[in-house]
Amino acid sequence: MLGEGILKGMAETAKNFFGSYVSAERLTTVEYPEDRIAPYEAARVFPFLVFDSKSPSNPDAADWEAGLRCVACQICEKECPPKCIFIEKSKDKKPDAVGKPQFYPARFDIDISVCMSCQICVEVCPFEAIKMDTVFELSTEDRFGGLLLDRKQLAKSNEYFHQIHPTEAADVDDRLSEGRAKTEAKATAGAIAAAIKGAEVPAPKPPAAKPTGAES
Amino acid sequence: MSESQSHSATLAERPEGWNRPALIQPSGDGELLEVAMGPHHPSTHGVFRMDVALDGERVIRLRPVFGYLHRNHEKIAEGISYLASMPYTDRLDYICPITNNWAYALAVEKLTGQQVPERAEYLRVILGELTRFQNHASSIGFLIQEMGASGTPLMYAFREREKILDLFEKLTGARMMVNYMRFGGCRVDASPAWLDQTRKVVAGLPQFIDEFEQLLATNEILMARTQGVGVLKADLAVNAGVTGPMLRASGVNYDIRKVDGYGIYNRFDFRVPLGDHGDVYDRFMIRLLEMRESIKILEQALKDIPTGPIMDPKAKSRGFRPKPGEAYGRIEAPKGELGFYLISDGGPNPYRYRVRPPSLINLTVLEDMCLGHDVADVVLIFGSVDIVLGEVDR
Repeated sequence: MLGEGILKGMAETAKNFFGSYVSAERLTTVEYPEDRIAPYEAARVFPFLVFDSKSPSNPDAADWEAGLRCVACQICEKECPPKCIFIEKSKDKKPDAVGKPQFYPARFDIDISVCMSCQICVEVCPFEAIKMDTVFELSTEDRFGGLLLDRKQLAKSNEYFHQIHPTEAADVDDRLSEGRAKTEAKATAGAIAAAIKGAEVPAPKPPAAKPTGAES
Repeated sequence: MSESQSHSATLAERPEGWNRPALIQPSGDGELLEVAMGPHHPSTHGVFRMDVALDGERVIRLRPVFGYLHRNHEKIAEGISYLASMPYTDRLDYICPITNNWAYALAVEKLTGQQVPERAEYLRVILGELTRFQNHASSIGFLIQEMGASGTPLMYAFREREKILDLFEKLTGARMMVNYMRFGGCRVDASPAWLDQTRKVVAGLPQFIDEFEQLLATNEILMARTQGVGVLKADLAVNAGVTGPMLRASGVNYDIRKVDGYGIYNRFDFRVPLGDHGDVYDRFMIRLLEMRESIKILEQALKDIPTGPIMDPKAKSRGFRPKPGEAYGRIEAPKGELGFYLISDGGPNPYRYRVRPPSLINLTVLEDMCLGHDVADVVLIFGSVDIVLGEVDR
């Protein structure tokens, strides 16, 4: 019969239309600014730099600069597909997340207008220093300066990392404490060498922390 | 007279490609109207232009113009490391990024001889078939939208696609720009919870196809508009290198999943649907049937997926330098044969990087399919090719 196919289709549409009144799973949208869907744990939007608020290098928990895990090795800068990372290496050294004296980034900029959130910087980083964020409401009126994030804007605490990616952050902490244990074992073996290295550090606290590691 | 000349195509003055003899003869006085459809036309899926010469409503010539979305993908890939090209492949055919990842990973694995662990192969199949499903669903939606049914079928398809994209996001962190596969495996492992959710989604998919079929397959308007329109003969399809659902709708039994059996596809029991007439309706039906076959593969893969590692232990993310050589990796992407051709000179980046895009090659027969049809059918025939401009122009 001519028109049968159209009627069948319309019956299907009607079913869908009325279905949305009875079944909650039919309502697939939310009204965005008021209602939000929480991002998944795997979500990734733009990288940030992790700093430890409690570590050999940063015991008083306040200084983001001393706690940065980044050692300015520039691997991410080299591997970044759209080349949106710019790093300037420091002249002096400071202890890193596992306690070894390392360089730190005197400048670390990410142009998030170029970044495509591909996560390759995170994958290639050997120091667990750069991780993916989940913030996405970053629109600004200044499209050049406003989208070029410097290391202060990029620095976020390890606690924040735990909050957005709990599983991944726990794994990272395990790996880092393993590394720290290794460094401490080495420090016990060469306590004098460690003391000399500690003396080079400009911050006053880390040298105080070093001998306790050496005594144990 | 002079006024009519300025609006009509006097064929001798047209650019190259227009001066060859017309494949079909215009009726009457030979006065043709030239229409530029696109690059900003609602039907062109992006920025694609068709210069159409019309005799009344009838298409006499059609010249496709592409390149508006050219992003220099191949040349960029030759300047960056192998791994760094992976996120760029997501952006070729942005409707199905997983299969692009897969084809590229396959080419590099051929180049280096890396082995992919069992579980990673299963994950690739699961994600690849989910991609095929959502691509076919939304491409049917777009096709019907181009016929004038704005909204309803497309929104039904997108509702289903959203469930699949949610799965992608949960696993890979992004809905579309997944950057999931690595040379010798996959980037992240799927949790049991994710697999359970996938099983649940897959269990709901047949119901969606039934609904779609009820809605569309016997619709008289759809049949009147699509049957006998845009016929592509099997010999022309083969000669032009057309692949994918387009080729199979013309009745040629060629599916790289069966021919190559790449990955672990020869373990699964599925059939390759074939068309009879090679018209727009056949292409629509082929996609519908392929979605059913995809569900069959998904059910088997989700049942059999083993535990184990997901990366080749020898794989490394930094300092990746394959031995000098060349390789061509190809897969059956939802749109056709997607291939990556790589030449390595032993350096950290490929010496030559070439993509064989199914969308572009399937588009080359557009004129042959459109000749003699009304201008309104051009939109429909173009929609049935199922292209993504990101892949056509690269």
